[in-house]
Amino acid sequence: MAESMCRTLRDGSLEGEQAPALTVKDTTASPFGFHVFSHVLSQLSSFILGSKSQSRGIVIVAFSRSPSFYVDLLKRRGIDVNSSHKWVQILDCYTDPLCWKDQLMGSGNFMDASLGTSSSLSRVCKDVKDLDKMYSMILELGKGLVGQGKDRFSVAIDSINEMLRHTSTPTVAGLLSNLRSHEQISSIFWLLHSDLHEVKVTSALEYLSSVVASVEPLHQTAGGKRGDLENLSLLEQNFGKGKLQVRFKRRNGRVRVVNEGFHIDQSSNNFTSVSSEDGLVNQINQGLVPKVQFNLELTEKERIDRAKVVLPFEHQGDGGPIQIYDGRRSLTESKTEATLSSSANSQKTDSGEGEIIYFRDSDDEMPDSDEDPDDDLDI
Amino acid sequence: MENRALNLLDEALGLDYQTDPWPLRGKVVLIEDCVETSGCFVLHQLLKRTLSSQSPNNTVIFLAFSHPLSHYDRILRKLGCNLVAQRENGRFFFFDMLKLLCPDEKEGKTGKGGFTALYWKIQNTICALPENNKNHATIMIDDMSLMEVAARGSSDHVLDFMHYCHTLTSELGCSLITLNHEDIYTSMERPTFMLQTKYLVDVLIKAEPLATGLAADVHGQLTVLNRDFCNVKGSSKNKISNFHFKVKENSVEYFYPGTRT
Repeated sequence: MAESMCRTLRDGSLEGEQAPALTVKDTTASPFGFHVFSHVLSQLSSFILGSKSQSRGIVIVAFSRSPSFYVDLLKRRGIDVNSSHKWVQILDCYTDPLCWKDQLMGSGNFMDASLGTSSSLSRVCKDVKDLDKMYSMILELGKGLVGQGKDRFSVAIDSINEMLRHTSTPTVAGLLSNLRSHEQISSIFWLLHSDLHEVKVTSALEYLSSVVASVEPLHQTAGGKRGDLENLSLLEQNFGKGKLQVRFKRRNGRVRVVNEGFHIDQSSNNFTSVSSEDGLVNQINQGLVPKVQFNLELTEKERIDRAKVVLPFEHQGDGGPIQIYDGRRSLTESKTEATLSSSANSQKTDSGEGEIIYFRDSDDEMPDSDEDPDDDLDI
Repeated sequence: MENRALNLLDEALGLDYQTDPWPLRGKVVLIEDCVETSGCFVLHQLLKRTLSSQSPNNTVIFLAFSHPLSHYDRILRKLGCNLVAQRENGRFFFFDMLKLLCPDEKEGKTGKGGFTALYWKIQNTICALPENNKNHATIMIDDMSLMEVAARGSSDHVLDFMHYCHTLTSELGCSLITLNHEDIYTSMERPTFMLQTKYLVDVLIKAEPLATGLAADVHGQLTVLNRDFCNVKGSSKNKISNFHFKVKENSVEYFYPGTRT
C-alpha cells in the first residue's frame, strides 16, 4: 500500500488539524527502510512538482546522507532538479553535526569539503543538540519556499535515530508534534531503525504518527536469533525484498492494517511494491510452504473426490433411519456381507459418491465405545 | 598476478576487475569476526591490496588500537608488502592509538577531546595529500571494540567519530574499513553500537568458524554481503558470497565449500 500512504501525505492536513505523519521503520533483519523512505520522498516530490499535492515544497532534514546524495537521488528518479530551489530545501545535519569541522577551520586549517553543487539548496546545521533552533530553521527554510501565506510545505527527516542519539526522547517527540501542529506544514514523514531503541521509544513515535509503515523480512529467523548471517539461505531469501506492513489510523479513529510485498530493483536500487494480490500471495506462499520431498498439494481430481466423501454423521437427519455406526454392524446386520468381506462396512452408496471403508483388525477386538477408559485404574 | 582471478575475496569485493575508480571508493566496509575465527587476516589482505602497485594513487591511514607498527610490518612483509617503505613514500600513515584515552566527559566538552583531535588529524592528513591521491584515501581501523574502550565506554563518542569519517567517504570518496568482534555483544539484549555500525556499512565481511566444527584444512568461512548492490558488476551473482578459507604462512587460500578434499 505504498501508493496509498503517499496519497495520504499528498492530501495533507485539514484546517485546524494536525498534519498527517508517516513513520517508516525497519530493523537489521530487513534494512530496507531507507529505500521506502526515498520512494516516498520521490513520489511526494513528483506530486509537488506536478502541483497535485497540498504542499508546495519540501524540507529534507538530512542526518544520514549528504545533501548532494538527495539531489542525485531525485535526479536518478527522473525528477527535474533544475527548478529544485523553488520547491526543495535541505537542512544539512550530516556534514558537520557537532561543529568539529568548523572548529578545525577556525584553527586555521581550511578545507573546502563542502560540495558546491547543492549549496544553494542546503543549509548546514552545526549544533544538532539544539532542537529548538532546528525547529526554527526548518520553518525558516519552509517559509523560504512557500512564503508566509497559507501555502503549506512537507518535512522529511531521514533519521530519527541520530536525533535521539544526540538528545532525548521527550525533546524529539516535542519537536515532531510541534511540527505536526504548525499551520503551514502539510505532512511530515521520518525514518526510524526500530531495533536501536527500546520498545517504548518506538511506540511513542508510532503514537505520534497517523501512518506506520513497517519493513519486515519475508522470512523470519527461527528462534529470533540475532546472528543474521547464521543461515545463508535465509539471508539470500530476504535480500532485496521484504514485506511492508502499513497501519493507517483514520481521523475517525479506525485503524486499518494492510500487508504488501516489495522488492528492491537490483539495477537502480528502486523500491517496487508487489501490489497485485496474486503476486503477493504467491510470493508469500512460496515462502511459507516448506521445501519437502512430499507432495502436499492436491490435484483437481483429488480435490473433487475429497469433496464427495460423506462423513460418518453427515447424512443423519435427512429422512433415513438414524444409525450410529459402532464398528459392529457387520456382525448383527447381514451375514452375507460379513462373509464376503469379513469386515465392517457402512451402507452401500451410489456410484460416484465417496465412502469410508473401515476394516476391523479382528472380531475379537472390542469396539471403542464399549471400552471402559478407566478399566486399568485401581480405584 | 595471474592467480588474481582465483582470489574469491577480491572477486566478492569487486577488486578483481581492473577498474578505475577504485571499487571500494566511498564505501564503508565492516569486517566482523569472533574469537574462534579471527578476521585480522582480511584486514591485512585488504591493506596489501590497497597499497599494491596496481593502484598507485591509493593511500592508507591506519588507526591502530590493538597492535604496534612492528606487528603489522612483520605480517605484511611476509605478504610481500613493505609498510616502512610505503610510509616513506607517503602512501601509508600509521597512527599509533595504543595509548589513546579520551578525556573525561567534562574535559571533552572543550572540543579538544581524543576523537575530535584524531578526526582533525585524519582530515589534515588527507588535505595534505597530493591532488591525485586525495580521492583515494582509505581509513582503516583496528579495531572498533578497543576504540570504545579508549572512549571510556562511551559508544556515542565513537559513533560521532564514525559519522565524521562517513562524511569523508561521501565528500572526498574515501573508503573506511573497520574491524569489530561480534561476540563481544552477544550477551547484550540490544547491542545498539553494533547495530548502528551495521546500518552505516555498505559491505559486510563476516568471518565465522565452520558450522560443522574444527577442520584441519579449513580455518573458517567468510560471508561477504554487498548492501549497495547497484554498483556491483554482475550484481545478482555478487551480492552475497560465501566461501571457506585457509590462512597460510604468507598467503590465504579461498575456496568454495566442497571443492577441497
